[in-house]
Amino acid sequence: MDIKAYIESGILELYVAGSLSEKESKEVYELMLKHPEILQEVLEIEASVIKLTSAVSPKSSSHIFNIIKEKLNLGDNEVKVVSITKPKYNWFTYTGWAAALIVGAGLLWTLNQNKQLEADITTADIENAFLEEQIEAAKNDLAATKNLLNVLRDKDIIAVPLGGQGEFENAYAKVYWNKADNSIYLDAQGLPNAPEGKVWQVWSLTLNPLTPKSLGTIDDFNTDDNKIFTIANTFESQAFGITLEPEGGSESPTMEQLYTLGVVTPSAP
Amino acid sequence: MQLETLISQFQQKDEKAFESLYNMYSESMHGVIYNIVRDNDIAEEIMQDVFIKVWHNSSSYSPEKGRFFTWILNIARNAAIDKTRSKAFKNSKKNLDAEFFVDILENNENLNDKTDAIGISKYVKKLAKKCIKVIELLYFKGYTQKEASETLEMPIGTIKTRNRNCIKELREMLIK
Repeated sequence: MDIKAYIESGILELYVAGSLSEKESKEVYELMLKHPEILQEVLEIEASVIKLTSAVSPKSSSHIFNIIKEKLNLGDNEVKVVSITKPKYNWFTYTGWAAALIVGAGLLWTLNQNKQLEADITTADIENAFLEEQIEAAKNDLAATKNLLNVLRDKDIIAVPLGGQGEFENAYAKVYWNKADNSIYLDAQGLPNAPEGKVWQVWSLTLNPLTPKSLGTIDDFNTDDNKIFTIANTFESQAFGITLEPEGGSESPTMEQLYTLGVVTPSAP
Repeated sequence: MQLETLISQFQQKDEKAFESLYNMYSESMHGVIYNIVRDNDIAEEIMQDVFIKVWHNSSSYSPEKGRFFTWILNIARNAAIDKTRSKAFKNSKKNLDAEFFVDILENNENLNDKTDAIGISKYVKKLAKKCIKVIELLYFKGYTQKEASETLEMPIGTIKTRNRNCIKELREMLIK
């Protein structure tokens, strides 16, 4: 086939113009696929016709496309979707972050609060324990006091006041003797604290002849609060005396250091 | 991008491809339509109808039938000619048969904003009268070669070679 003659025949110009029959057009199409020079010729013809016809256009036609898109419901939708989505996105982001911050702050606050409460509980526990101890101590005190009161009120008790002796006339003490259970209760409030290296020693005495028997030393005198001491006494005492002795006590009383002395007056039967 | 790819994307209702094709051919169609109806508003209205039809009927185009440009050109010419046959149009317009596209190039005031067109019009006016007639019928009016030969009272072979030479002349002008 003579391609050049085919091109020169003018059929390609008619092909672009759309003046050929469907059958003729298909033939041109097939030849165009086989021969690039025919395609090239068609493209050039088309380009020149487009330029010529475009020149006749009264004005730019780009604005018409917007109307076409609108009528086809194209494009504009896209723009609307974008303009709706964007603020939506921002709204979600901002509120999301805000919510996260609020929750975070709330969590911190709660944690802090929890810590504070735990500390408060610990303090309260300590205070509680302390108060319980105080209550226990008070109970013990009360029980001891009641016990003492009962002892003093007992009808079998023998009260023996011990008066100050010699240069210790300001000193005094009292002995409550319960013969039934072989014990004495010594109220030594009228004695000063024992000096360093010395202790108070309690004596049971029989008078004729004068025989002292040691009832023991009061080692915890200085630290005792109510200065009432329970001491066992199995002797048939006729008098009680208290001397200041070197630590550990003495075999016999140091008479120069006899602070108080009292004679037992037999109680009315 | 390859024209074939663009067209197949457009046939799959790709809006971007549609817009690209519109930008390639709209000015040309606008010219053809305006040349037939000679009214700005009516031409724009037909432009809308044509490209809406192009969008909806995209699947009916196949390259075997012809160039994509030619396919749109046919739709545009038919739409414009249909319009001129409507009663309302006939009543308001005089007979346009005597006018050719070159008249527009000579009288168009809007050419000021279309520098391309000004350049082209300079050369197109130099085209021989016989060329203007044949181009008018074949491209702007969509005459078949047989219709053109009858109208111009020339054998089909002569129409073909004359048109070939006229387009050749045009191409040489545009290349300059």
